[in-house]
Amino acid sequence: MEAECISPDAFTGKTIEEIANMKLWEGNRERSLGELFHIEGEGAAKPEELSIQVFGDAHKVRRIGAGMTTGVIVVHGDAGVHLGEEMEGGKITVEGNADSWTGAMMKDGFIEVKGNAGDYVGAAYRGSVKGMRGGTIIIHGNAGNELGCFMRKGLIKVHGSVSQFAGMHMKNGTIFVGGNSEGRVGAEMAGGKIIVRGHVPSILPTFTIDSIRAKVKINGDEVAGPFYLFVGDLTEGGEGKLYVSQTSNEQLKFYEQYL
Amino acid sequence: MAALLIKNGFVYDPLNGIDGERMDIAVQDGKIVEKVGRRKKTIDASGMIVMPGGVDIHSHIAGPKVNSGRMLRPEDHFKDFEAKTEKTRSGVGRSIPSTFTTGYRYARMGYTTVMDPAMPPLKARHTHEELNDTPIIDKASYPLLNDCWFVMEPLSKGLIEDCAAYVAWTMEATRGYVVKLVNPGGLEAWGFGRNVRNIDDNVPNFNITPREIIQGLCRVNTLLNMPHTIHVHTNNLGKPGNYTTTLETMKCVENLANGHKPVIHVTHCQFSAFKGDDWRTFESGAEEIAKYVNNHNHVTTDMGQVVFGDTTTMTADGPFQYILYQLSHNKWVNSDVETETSTGIVPFTYKRSSFVHATQWSIGLELALLIKDPWKIFMTTDHPNAGPFTNYPKIVTWLMSRAARERLMKKISKRARHKSLLPTLDREYTFSELAIATRAGQARSLGLKQKGHLGVGADADIAVYKLNPENVDPSKKRKLILRAFKKAAYTIKDGQIVVKDGEIVKSVNGKTFWVKPETSSSLKEIVPRLKEAFEDYYTVQYENYIVPEHHLAVSSPVNVKAEV
Repeated sequence: MEAECISPDAFTGKTIEEIANMKLWEGNRERSLGELFHIEGEGAAKPEELSIQVFGDAHKVRRIGAGMTTGVIVVHGDAGVHLGEEMEGGKITVEGNADSWTGAMMKDGFIEVKGNAGDYVGAAYRGSVKGMRGGTIIIHGNAGNELGCFMRKGLIKVHGSVSQFAGMHMKNGTIFVGGNSEGRVGAEMAGGKIIVRGHVPSILPTFTIDSIRAKVKINGDEVAGPFYLFVGDLTEGGEGKLYVSQTSNEQLKFYEQYL
Repeated sequence: MAALLIKNGFVYDPLNGIDGERMDIAVQDGKIVEKVGRRKKTIDASGMIVMPGGVDIHSHIAGPKVNSGRMLRPEDHFKDFEAKTEKTRSGVGRSIPSTFTTGYRYARMGYTTVMDPAMPPLKARHTHEELNDTPIIDKASYPLLNDCWFVMEPLSKGLIEDCAAYVAWTMEATRGYVVKLVNPGGLEAWGFGRNVRNIDDNVPNFNITPREIIQGLCRVNTLLNMPHTIHVHTNNLGKPGNYTTTLETMKCVENLANGHKPVIHVTHCQFSAFKGDDWRTFESGAEEIAKYVNNHNHVTTDMGQVVFGDTTTMTADGPFQYILYQLSHNKWVNSDVETETSTGIVPFTYKRSSFVHATQWSIGLELALLIKDPWKIFMTTDHPNAGPFTNYPKIVTWLMSRAARERLMKKISKRARHKSLLPTLDREYTFSELAIATRAGQARSLGLKQKGHLGVGADADIAVYKLNPENVDPSKKRKLILRAFKKAAYTIKDGQIVVKDGEIVKSVNGKTFWVKPETSSSLKEIVPRLKEAFEDYYTVQYENYIVPEHHLAVSSPVNVKAEV
């Protein structure tokens, strides 16, 4: 289901009947929201006053909250791909898991996922170089590949682990990974900051070690280290900062001889 | 086929000297006729403008390079898609629309004939397959001939007739329409990582200069009696200071002109009218170019007007595309086509705030306004190089309204604004001049005798726009102009209504024009030699290289009698 209509901006000023009549595509068929969901509640005149609660299994409902500018959406369960794509404001909370492309190309706003997320969180669309440009994404579980690809601004926090290529092509902004990474962190990054508190199999050869830091600051909050600080990716003439925990990564000890 | 009567519209038909007269246009069997009988369909066009269907002389709509561009840019398509309807197929836009969408979008704007200007002869089959799938519009393709070994070899020895024989053979073999030149000499040099610096530089491995290629092909074009002139993308295109190269290119065929007939078309002239030593001292060379064109009758040009925003540049000019890549650091494609030509693709964004881009925007309009004779400069964006063709209505407003130009001027780079000539130019196109720049002039230049006018016997390709010239002042009503030219009230193709109120109501197959030169039998003697050359140089067999006529969905050969 292509459900970009599930957004406070689209629901504003509409009665329940009008909302139920809103059109969306299910596969190649056009359906109305009322056919697919039971809808109840009260409308609101202003989108910022609206709070949309989605119940049931929404893991095949795509593009929830895409392009929303304000208001609140809570998904009590799993959400489908492209959740909050190009979102400009407001808040989305997912109690279950979110799929790939969560917060892709988002400009501002707040997304919180209590479970895991798929690939390309906060990334740019295929072929585009305009990734996440602001806002915050917090994932309490794990995330997939290419987290924050082409990210330009904003913050992504993953409390669990990430797969490969976190922060690929990143230009600016901050990525925090509480758990482990499967490697290739910061490939082709040009700027910005990536912090990994867990294990990283290896650092790309195009990064150079700069120093060992006792702590790192993320938007004013301190994260205790110690961290190895690498700078790269040098193939792109990059000045990105990659902080990797010293205590979780014995295998990176040989870098210390270059300090 | 049913008869049709378009009643009471304000007709602009410059080729027949009709300037906004209120009259009826009668159509029978796909042609314009004197009058029709009782059994007819009537379109009430009162309070509307009636023009011949639009003609686009230069728009990259098909071929391997366009298709590579489509594959290179998923992000160009994903926000601009069209669902299928009962009459149309689905497709995507924006700067490089899919084939069906290209046809529909042109038709919606009242365009009925579009020329694809760069076909590597080796890739003719692919190009025609895409043209076959481009509905409604009539089309043709221009084979790239300048750096083909079989053109340069005879020209370097002064064997014009040998070259003519090869060009004639290629036109038929590739079903091509125009002799196209792109950065003559430079593409062969690019195969060795080099370029030519001016029109008298030597082409590596061939004892020839760009000047000799241009003059040689111009002579060949005249010998073969081709319908259009040679169609030239100049050397040094897109480099500051290149206006001198452009002037030299136009001058070098000056004495090959026969009477008042043009012999050269300098295409997307904006990209060839740069002054200055580098990008910092960059400025407009439009004044010099316009002065030359105003004083000479052997040249026609088209604008290549920049429209701000994101687009995809694609030309056969490999070295130029490499420069663009270095400027933009964007993803890119570059390729070499065996013995024939090269190509390059780079996505590009024209920014209002950029001094260079804003100056380029200004140059295109300066050319269109400074060149006094509208039969000498036509409206194009070199789609998609300076902007997608869907922006034509915007350009119409800039041409017709000084206020519309000034409105945008306020938003562009300050430095570009101060240097621009536009504030000194009061000229505003009339509807008649617009009809010349968008259809009549282009059709005449292309030698399409049945297009671009509404005289008896012409193809019934007609555009009706919802705009009343009696009570709408185009210089003040920017929005009305924009709306009217974006969505034609009616587009009629070969006597059939294909668009109504900006929506496709019927999809028909357009024709593909190609030139069939009739040469003396002695010229056909090159075939055995060509077969040998194919064995030596090509990856493709001679027999497989030729595009059979039945490969075109609707073939429309244009017979010409060559003088050799």
